[in-house]
Amino acid sequence: MEFCKAAKTECDKIIAKYPEKRAAMLPVLYLAEKEFGHISPEVEKYVGKLLDVPPVKVHEVMTFYTLIAAKPRGKYHFQICRGLSCDLKGCVKIIDYLSEKLGLSSDETSDDLMYTFTPVECLAACETAPMMQLNEDYYGNLTKEKIDDILKENS
Amino acid sequence: MSEKIISKFFDIEDSHTIEIYEKHGGYETIRKVLKQWTPEQIIEEVSNANLRGLGGAGFPAGRKWSFIPKDSPKPKYLVINADESEPGTFKDRYVIDHYTHGLFEGIMIASYAIGAHKAFIYIRGEYIRQTERLVEQIEAAYEKGYLGKGIFGSKFDLDLIVHRGAGAYICGEETALLESLEGKKGWPRMKPPFPAIEGAFHSPTIVNNVETLAYVPTIIKNGADSFANLGSERNGGLRLYSISGHVKNPGVYELPMGIPLREIIYEHAGGLENGNGIKAVIPGGSSSPILTPNEIDVNMDFDSLAAIGSMLGSAGIIVMDDSTCMVRALYVVTRFYHHESCGQCTPCREGTGWAEKVLKRILDGAGRPEDVDNLVEIADNIIGNTICPLGDAAALPIQSYVKKFREEFEYHVREGKCDVKGQ
Ligand SMILES: Cc1cc2nc3c(=O)[nH]c(=O)nc-3n(C[C@H](O)[C@H](O)[C@H](O)COP(=O)(O)O)c2cc1C
Ligand code: SF4
Ligand code: FES
Repeated sequence: MEFCKAAKTECDKIIAKYPEKRAAMLPVLYLAEKEFGHISPEVEKYVGKLLDVPPVKVHEVMTFYTLIAAKPRGKYHFQICRGLSCDLKGCVKIIDYLSEKLGLSSDETSDDLMYTFTPVECLAACETAPMMQLNEDYYGNLTKEKIDDILKENS
Repeated sequence: MSEKIISKFFDIEDSHTIEIYEKHGGYETIRKVLKQWTPEQIIEEVSNANLRGLGGAGFPAGRKWSFIPKDSPKPKYLVINADESEPGTFKDRYVIDHYTHGLFEGIMIASYAIGAHKAFIYIRGEYIRQTERLVEQIEAAYEKGYLGKGIFGSKFDLDLIVHRGAGAYICGEETALLESLEGKKGWPRMKPPFPAIEGAFHSPTIVNNVETLAYVPTIIKNGADSFANLGSERNGGLRLYSISGHVKNPGVYELPMGIPLREIIYEHAGGLENGNGIKAVIPGGSSSPILTPNEIDVNMDFDSLAAIGSMLGSAGIIVMDDSTCMVRALYVVTRFYHHESCGQCTPCREGTGWAEKVLKRILDGAGRPEDVDNLVEIADNIIGNTICPLGDAAALPIQSYVKKFREEFEYHVREGKCDVKGQ
């Protein structure tokens, strides 16, 4: 378990930006997620070694934050907002619809590793409620038809 | 048309680039500052402008900067809070997307004022596109010599680093943010010491919100009075109001501090959808105590909202029309705080969980006669008994919803259903 040469260079560059090595924790975990797909216990150990912190401290960070994958995630990660503004605009129906379409309940990943479905808290785009995030991008003013279109484009 | 400062750039194409920003007078102020201003003069100007912290707490920005110890041999840091996670708030995203270099110029001036040579932008993890934008525009600024060693040909060095969070509301709280920046889980710290004395990496640190810093160049450019006069007493300038919920035109509106809430809802956001009436309004993010229709003539500044027992907070306004079930609304809000409690203090961890459970059973028609009082008691036990303000942020909505809509909660418990039309 080791970064390829390019990732190692990138990692060194990240660490150099901070006054303390450990501060590079989140960016190095993001880098490791990109390189290895998810953060397994072995990756935690490796990141700990890179940052001179015990693996248990890396694990603590992994269990605290929700965005960095501890298990394999689907190619398409749907994070659909269940926050108050989205709730007022009827997100419950959209969440149920998407869940049914994907055949996944909360926090599940499909066996073929195509889809992950996660209802999440306010994504700070309440002006477009109901909304969701699919991988890097936000999609707002969701309707069932719009969900159908998005699913067609991403399969 | 009232004056605009930041939102002027929302409709300009490529306003996030150095070229367009400079075409509109950008980076003139920092050049002048580096040649002609002392740090003390900057701090005084920002104080006189009555610029308040726009992340939520409203602490006067100039005064906060003045707490940085001058004689400390340690490095100083500026940390920019771009965590934007108070539900109902989405303004900082617009600043980052469209006023990118305006934010950077504010960061440069503030860093110069407090003597920081390293600044960190802590951005919420979901803002991937905004992170990309910041990284790309920071690179462009380095290339021009606007960041790095001797910025703008001066003797002042400044590095700017983007640090992406990883999904935790609590990391918006400044001390949790600092823990997170240091590579730890985001558990808030006890204060004192305050960050200005011991913040990031055991060094004096100023934490400011994105929007707060974005107003700094204009203050220095046009003078403290001209900014102060745009707002109300002790609440200087304009600010970005995020408005969502049942209004016709949800969005971000840049308007004076102290403008009546009613005006924002009806004149700027187009009033309510479907011609419905208002049932309730959250004035400043989901943590702020809720207002009833007869309270919406309040002026939107920190002091006026505090005077009626609420908060301006992040100015994230959420409007609920008369088809809204208040039990459901409070359930959604409480579920959020329970989910986001870091678990460090028992009253917050247990109280939010218990309140969520009680609300769920009331919603499901299984409420018990004592449940409404239970909720109030749970909230009372949280307030004042926790390390960070998230506990209060969870408890204040519970108290205010139950107090102002008690009959609705009691009806739910008694009848096992909702009496609001449309539910
Ligand atoms: C639970 C909690 C969440 C917060 N979230 C944010 C946030 O997302 N963005 C922000 O700027 N301030 C947030 N704050 C306020 C910060 O602690 C801090 O007051 C602010 O960043 C200071 O900057 P300002 O003085 O410019 O407002 C939060 C506070 C608490 C208690
Ligand atoms: S009040 Fe809640 S969120 Fe804040 S430190 Fe205590 S447990 Fe954590
Ligand atoms: S509540 Fe869904 S984006 Fe804010």
